[in-house]
Formats: sequence, structure tokens, C-alpha cells
Amino acid sequence: MNALENAMIEKARDLLEKGVVKRVVGWERGEFAYDPSPATFESAQSLESFVYNDFCGANLSKYLIKVSKNEGKTAVFLKPCDTYSLNQLIKEHRVDREKIYAIGIECQQKLDHFAIEKIGIDGIREEKYDGDEAVFHCVDGEKRAKKEDVVLLRCLTCKSKKFAIAEDTVVLHEMTESCGDRFEEVRKLSGMTADERFAFWQNELSRCIRCNACRNVCPACTCIKCVFDNPKSGVAAKANDVPFEEQLFHIIRAFHVSGRCTDCGECSRVCPERIPLHLLNRKFILDINENYGEYQAGEESEGKTPLTSYQVTDVEPGDAVRKGEDR
Amino acid sequence: MQEVNTENEKFVPNIVAFCCNWCSYAGADLAGSSRLSYPANVKIVRVPCSCRVNPTFVLKAFQRGADGVILCGCHPGDCHYVTGNYYTRRRMALLFSFLDYLGIEKERTRVEWVSAAEGAKFSAVMNDFVRQVTALGENKRISDLRVKEE
Ligand code: SF4
Ligand code: SF4
Repeated sequence: MNALENAMIEKARDLLEKGVVKRVVGWERGEFAYDPSPATFESAQSLESFVYNDFCGANLSKYLIKVSKNEGKTAVFLKPCDTYSLNQLIKEHRVDREKIYAIGIECQQKLDHFAIEKIGIDGIREEKYDGDEAVFHCVDGEKRAKKEDVVLLRCLTCKSKKFAIAEDTVVLHEMTESCGDRFEEVRKLSGMTADERFAFWQNELSRCIRCNACRNVCPACTCIKCVFDNPKSGVAAKANDVPFEEQLFHIIRAFHVSGRCTDCGECSRVCPERIPLHLLNRKFILDINENYGEYQAGEESEGKTPLTSYQVTDVEPGDAVRKGEDR
Repeated sequence: MQEVNTENEKFVPNIVAFCCNWCSYAGADLAGSSRLSYPANVKIVRVPCSCRVNPTFVLKAFQRGADGVILCGCHPGDCHYVTGNYYTRRRMALLFSFLDYLGIEKERTRVEWVSAAEGAKFSAVMNDFVRQVTALGENKRISDLRVKEE
């Protein structure tokens, strides 16, 4: 158990015992060190299974949509980037601000167990960071890896280490922000020929098994009834022989969250097929930034989004596409 | 403008044109009553406003065999509903740029502003767009074999 986790448990216990909140949303220990899962804690005793380690990548804000419908206040632990999602949800009136007690927590990049597996490390019992390295205590001894090889993609291009919304914080150490260029790959793709791009995306999207995990985890995908759940839509499942369904699913999903996607990276994190979904969303973000001015969804909890506003002088669609070409 | 590809000369594309009721649809009417021609393979879908066109409409048109999709609305500032076409402009700028990013030929999509008085423009735009899509050939990248007609 680490000091940070302890401090968080203390905070949660205090809030529950004093009756400030009815429940706390956090992470619960799984079977292994690398599979903590989001959970709701309603009593001080239940906090025994509470965990916070470097595998707690899950963004808890989406759970608040449902949980906050219950009576009383709910406390939630949010990493800096997760706070943007909560803000966005409040902006869209999906979560009642009054019923949330947001606690910002320290985050020193989170691990990606797919990436760890890929470099041949398994049987992890415990993990810790040591400078630029991640150290794993595995069943067959200690193993080390460069941090940049095993953290979640989104943690390499950290949005910010500031909390967009928080009543309270639990931060014991200074957080280091990694500031890679998150649009680098989008620009690289844009520089390819249309044929190359088409081949790239066919290769990626054709692996999609339409498990809908990306949609279910997304804090921007909050429609009560999703168009893709309609069995009559003709695109509710996966066709073997034509790419159209994946194309439609991904184009519509990316479009639907454009201007609202906080780039939280959850979609890419959960995709079992490792499809780089962030490259879809970031294209929209880049286009919005370049055509309509820099915009970060979730920075504010009110106001308009780029797609619910306009300027008389906006670029014409044809010119916008041509502009992308010269990039 | 692109050269017409001789190989494609026999190819007749399917074009879907979403036209707003107040300007472009009336523009098409004017083109007709002024005896200006536009290609018969342009299928017009009348919509109350260009901003009625949901991105799914565009994709579904491609799915069902369109080779090109064009949206026509009132000139910015002249929208019957005051601001509808400003939203269209943003949406379609993003959507078309995104389709291009996925490798779907950008020449297959277009937005044009055509007023009720611009019958000649309507006819010219359609002729030009059909020429452009004809040169490109059949839409293979974002179509659905299961629903395509023979
Ligand atoms: S689309 Fe992906 S990155 Fe964007 S908000 Fe949804 S889960 Fe997060
Ligand atoms: S999570 Fe991945 S495999 Fe599942 S629907 Fe989304 S893109 Fe497809």
C-alpha cells in the first residue's frame, strides 16, 4: 500500500463518516495488480478493497451519470485529465454539479497492460516507478522497462496537470507533465496520399469487432439510446464482407463527439483490437483548432462548443479540405 | 478542372444533391423553367434547410450507391432560418476534411451556395460536379456491396 493510496482512503473515510457524501467512486482491487476496476464505496468498511496504483487508468467521470442520480452527494476521485470529462458532462447537463464532490488526485502517468504484455512482461504482483523506469515485481522476479514504452499513449502527451474542476485534492508529490505533440501522428497521416491513408485506415478499422467498448467507456457518448443499438439500423453488428459498417460507426462516432471529446484517451485504452481511435478524434480537434480557434473541451463547465456556434467569416468546406492538404 | 478520363466515358455516376427548400431547390426549379439543363443522374433530395443534413445522410447516400454527394443551401447570411447554413458550413467542413483523412476521395463531396435566383449557377455547378465525379470513377471506398443495385 502506498502513501498516496492511504491518503485517499483517509479522505474517503472522513467524507463518509462525517456524512458529507453518501458514496465514493474509486477503484477496487481486482484479482491481479493490473486489473483494478471502478467501484462505488458506500461505507468505511467497504474501503478495505479500495486501491489506487499505476494501473488505475480508468476515467471515473462517466460513472457519475448513473451514480449521481441516486440520493445524496457522491465523491469521486479524478486524475487531472479526468476532470475535463466531468466538466464537459456538467456542461451537457448529464451530471448535476450540486451532487458531486470532486477530488483531484495525483497522477504520474498510468500503465498500459497491453503494452507491458507486448514486451513480454507478465505475472505482475506489484509495480512502482523509479525515475524514467517502471519496475515490476513479477512471479519470476524483478523486471524493468522504460516508462515511455509501457505507459498509456495518452500519458505521453499529457493534456495538463491542472484540475479543471475539484473541491479538494490529494497530491503528495509534484506532477510532471509530459508535453509531446499530440498531433504529430495526425499530421503525418495527413501528409500521406489518399491511397495510403485509405489503406492505413482499412487495416486499422477492419479489425474492429464492434464490441462497442469505445462507445461505452466514452464520457462524451452519453445518449440514452444510441443509434447503433437499433437492430433496424443495419449497422448494429459487424459484417464480414464489407467495410461500410465500421466506417459508418467510426465516422459517426467521431463526428458525434467532435467539439465535445476532451481527448481523454479512454477509447484507445479499452479497444481490445488496439485501434488507434485517438487519431480519429484528434483529427477533429486539430481541424477545430486550426479553423475555429484553439479549443479544449472540458476546460469550462459552461459556454458553447465549436459545433454549436459559428462565425460569419468561417472557412468554406472546400477550402477547409484543401487546407488540410497543404499541411 | 480535371480532364475527363476516356476510360470512364461510359461511366455515369450517381449524384445525390441535398437542396434546401428555400434557395437551391427553387434555384433548380428556375434552371428548369429557364430551360437550362443539368445532368439527369443528379438526384435531388429536398430538405427544409441545408443544416437538416445529418452526416449520416451523406454516408448513407454513399452506402446506397452514390458516387458523389453535394449539398446546396442559401448563401451564408440568407438562410430562411437565419443561421442554419452557418452550422452546415462548420459541420461539412469538418466532415469532408475527415473523410479525406480516411482516404475517401475529397472530390466526391461538395457544398455550394445557390440562391433561388441562380438557376444558371445551379446548372453550372451540377454539370461541373458531375464531370468531376465522372473523372473519378465509381465510388468503391465507402459503399456497401450488399445494398448496391446491379
Ligand atoms: S472519444 Fe475517446 S478520447 Fe474522446 S472523450 Fe470519448 S473516450 Fe475520451
Ligand atoms: S473498442 Fe475497438 S473493437 Fe470495440 S467497437 Fe470500438 S474500435 Fe471496435
